Amino acid sequence: MSARRSWRKLVNAVMFFITGLCAAAAVFILLFILGYLVYFGGRSLNWSFLTELPKPVGESGGGMANAIVGTGKLLLLAALIGVPIGLLGGIYTAEFSGRIAAWLVRYTADLLSGVPSIVIGIFAYTLVVIPMRHFSILAGGIALGIMVIPATIRSTDQFLRSVPSTLREGALALGVSYWRAVATVVLPAALRGVITGSILALARVAGETAPLLFTAFSNRYWSPGWSQPTASLPVMIYTYAISPYDDWRRQAWAAALILLLLMLAINITVRYLLSSGKRMHS
Amino acid sequence: MTTSSITIGKLGTSKRLHIFINRCKNGDWLAHRITSLFAYTLLLLTALLVIELYRHSGPSIRSFGWSFFITRTWDPIAGQFGALPFIYGTLITSAIALLVAIPLGVGAAVFLAELAPREISDTLTFVIELLAAVPSVIYGLVGIFVLVPGMRDTVQPALKAVLGFLPLFRGPNYGVGLLSAGIVLAIMVLPFIISLSREALLAVPREQREGALAIGATRWEATWQVVMPGARLGIMGSILLALARALGETMAVTMVIGNNPKISASLLAPGYSIAAVIANEFTEATADLHLSALVELGLVLFLLTAIINGLGQLLIFATSGRGTKQE
Amino acid sequence: MATAASTDIMPETTFHHAWDNSRITLEPKIEVSDLNFYYGANLVLQDINLSVPGNQVTALIGPSGCGKTTFLRTLNRMYETMRNTRVTGKILLDGEDVFSIDVTQLRRRVGMVFQKPNPFPKSVFENVAYGLRINSRLRGGVLADAVERSLRRAVLWEEVKDKLHESAYSLSGGQQQRLCIARALAVNPEVLLLDEPCSALDPIATAKIEDLLFLLKSQCTIVIVTHNMQQAARVADYTGFFLLGKLVEFDRTETIFKKPSRKETEDYITGRFG
Repeated sequence: MSARRSWRKLVNAVMFFITGLCAAAAVFILLFILGYLVYFGGRSLNWSFLTELPKPVGESGGGMANAIVGTGKLLLLAALIGVPIGLLGGIYTAEFSGRIAAWLVRYTADLLSGVPSIVIGIFAYTLVVIPMRHFSILAGGIALGIMVIPATIRSTDQFLRSVPSTLREGALALGVSYWRAVATVVLPAALRGVITGSILALARVAGETAPLLFTAFSNRYWSPGWSQPTASLPVMIYTYAISPYDDWRRQAWAAALILLLLMLAINITVRYLLSSGKRMHS
Repeated sequence: MTTSSITIGKLGTSKRLHIFINRCKNGDWLAHRITSLFAYTLLLLTALLVIELYRHSGPSIRSFGWSFFITRTWDPIAGQFGALPFIYGTLITSAIALLVAIPLGVGAAVFLAELAPREISDTLTFVIELLAAVPSVIYGLVGIFVLVPGMRDTVQPALKAVLGFLPLFRGPNYGVGLLSAGIVLAIMVLPFIISLSREALLAVPREQREGALAIGATRWEATWQVVMPGARLGIMGSILLALARALGETMAVTMVIGNNPKISASLLAPGYSIAAVIANEFTEATADLHLSALVELGLVLFLLTAIINGLGQLLIFATSGRGTKQE
Repeated sequence: MATAASTDIMPETTFHHAWDNSRITLEPKIEVSDLNFYYGANLVLQDINLSVPGNQVTALIGPSGCGKTTFLRTLNRMYETMRNTRVTGKILLDGEDVFSIDVTQLRRRVGMVFQKPNPFPKSVFENVAYGLRINSRLRGGVLADAVERSLRRAVLWEEVKDKLHESAYSLSGGQQQRLCIARALAVNPEVLLLDEPCSALDPIATAKIEDLLFLLKSQCTIVIVTHNMQQAARVADYTGFFLLGKLVEFDRTETIFKKPSRKETEDYITGRFG
């Protein structure tokens, strides 16, 4: 009996070790990537990188200021398009719609969120680039905006539904009409989650490259307005990474470092806010 | 203010009530209409997506029909477009990715959900979920400069030496190729498998776990014999979702796969994937047929991922009763 | 708490005298006739006939699941927030058919306090001010006065006057419930419905709320659902006994408890079931 028991204890310990190793491997990978980026990217990161335009091939130096601004403009457009639709659509499914309509919207949101980003790029191409006959920030912003919508709808929907019905009833019992109850009690109660959901969705599209490849395309100079192609951080990283020039490759590392730090900072902040919010309520 | 209400008061109760009814009804009705408008924009966009994909693949569909999927030649100059190399590359790299990521991912999920103490599990889960936030192009970057040289100089020569008798590991070794792409994809889908499998495991009711422990099972035995079978559907769902993700992954793949539209038995050989060829050739496609063929590839990708995602979400919904949170 | 001041606060309800000290009368405030309530195909309330006297406390007692809360929720049409419900019969508020009044207007006149305190995630002040902000044009100092008045009526002012702008969740359970009462009172309802308001509270908090009901009844009509017979005996002037969806008996509280005319009532009172 005790031999069998010690065998089982051994198996238990070994499996603990093996599965722990798997988890450790996953963590290791993240730290590895981060470390590599900090090491290689940190060396090329300097003020001129952040503020200068790219230099022609062969000349060393230059920066990605236009890519940084380009990403900013694209995100702004994506937010303007994606967040209102996502927010109000989520309010619809959570508060106003019938059961079938709600299912339909949720199903479509899940469907759209699973579409590969390059296919969204094709869609934006047919929708915007073909009629305009050239690449533009608008096309890129629309592509990213489309990607923001499903995630925002889902998170808004989820957080609104998580507001306890007693709160809703408390407002209705005071003789407040339904839409006002939603606007003045339910939505504010869910606001933290709704906002963080939108921010996470935006952060995710900030790192997307594929949908920009043939919508916003690229640009070695500034792109004023909204109808010109623009450089963006992810596309620049890609272009420089596959190039044969050492100088460009170093800049790719630096840009990747900025992008990754941005993504991690947003994600960590948002998740922290979300979990502390859960602890605060009731 | 007060005067108007007195006047309304003089109107008599029923008339005054009618005015109120209209006003309030309008508010709710208006809110319903406005929010539904925005919600239906989503439906419109999705429908438009499918329509446009179908429309623009028209020329290609008409020219090639079903043989599109079994033709090996992809020759833009000659106007011959066959999707087989890309389907092959996509499937092989995804298969490699799953082969690597499933044991690692489910193993890690088991550790985090069942075996590890709570605080460690929470911290590690948090860190691992951050992996999902790393953009694809950064995986590609690290792939090019770290993985590819590693494969070229160390791993793949070793594989050739040991397993070279298999057709899988023969041929020239460039570093870039199907195997490298598969490994990068494995790393990219790992956080999803871990996260979703972990949730599936946690969704198994506590009573079942405790029942096994109460008769003297070790933690591992309780996990393996009771919890995992209970979480089976959810874990399969997570695998399907990971597969869908791998199929559609573009940047990291195109940076390490070699971008060669040839089918070869060896995993060390360069290949091509559907998403990668779209990314590389879309802006340079001058002929209508070329562009149309690329869009048709996009349509294929869309349908494939939609079906697999749908199945995966169904399985996950069946276990947890909730929808998934798509990252 | 003078009548004149109250009529200024709610212009839309000028002609409804919310309360009038000189009019303590036993005219029925609410008359319910032949009320049937269906949840899906289930008949939950059957042929309810009841007159709620004005400016009195009416308690509804009975074993759990017998429809007391469902009945309460028909009085302010709160059941309409649930799907699959149907009501037949008549409910008159001061002679007006409750189903032809606009529902938000009805709920301003008939307020409700719930079983578990449900303050909004706002400050103490904003909770009470909420109904006023939406239903009236009061702002600034006048609004603050109205909030203070409500908090005094709910016997909560002294305890919260220094933390008006702190979160409502920082109050104790009993204080939160009194805050919900203050919030309901702020819009000057003619009727106040309370659904087992003390079931989640300790005895001291319960006592405070029972005292408060005694003070309130001169200003509005109170209907309270309670699981606790002793509470009904303590606070109510009239009591109705519900059993399995039917109103078995309705009379003055003393009669119900000392000389019930129905056997079922007597069995329940003496504890043979329930």
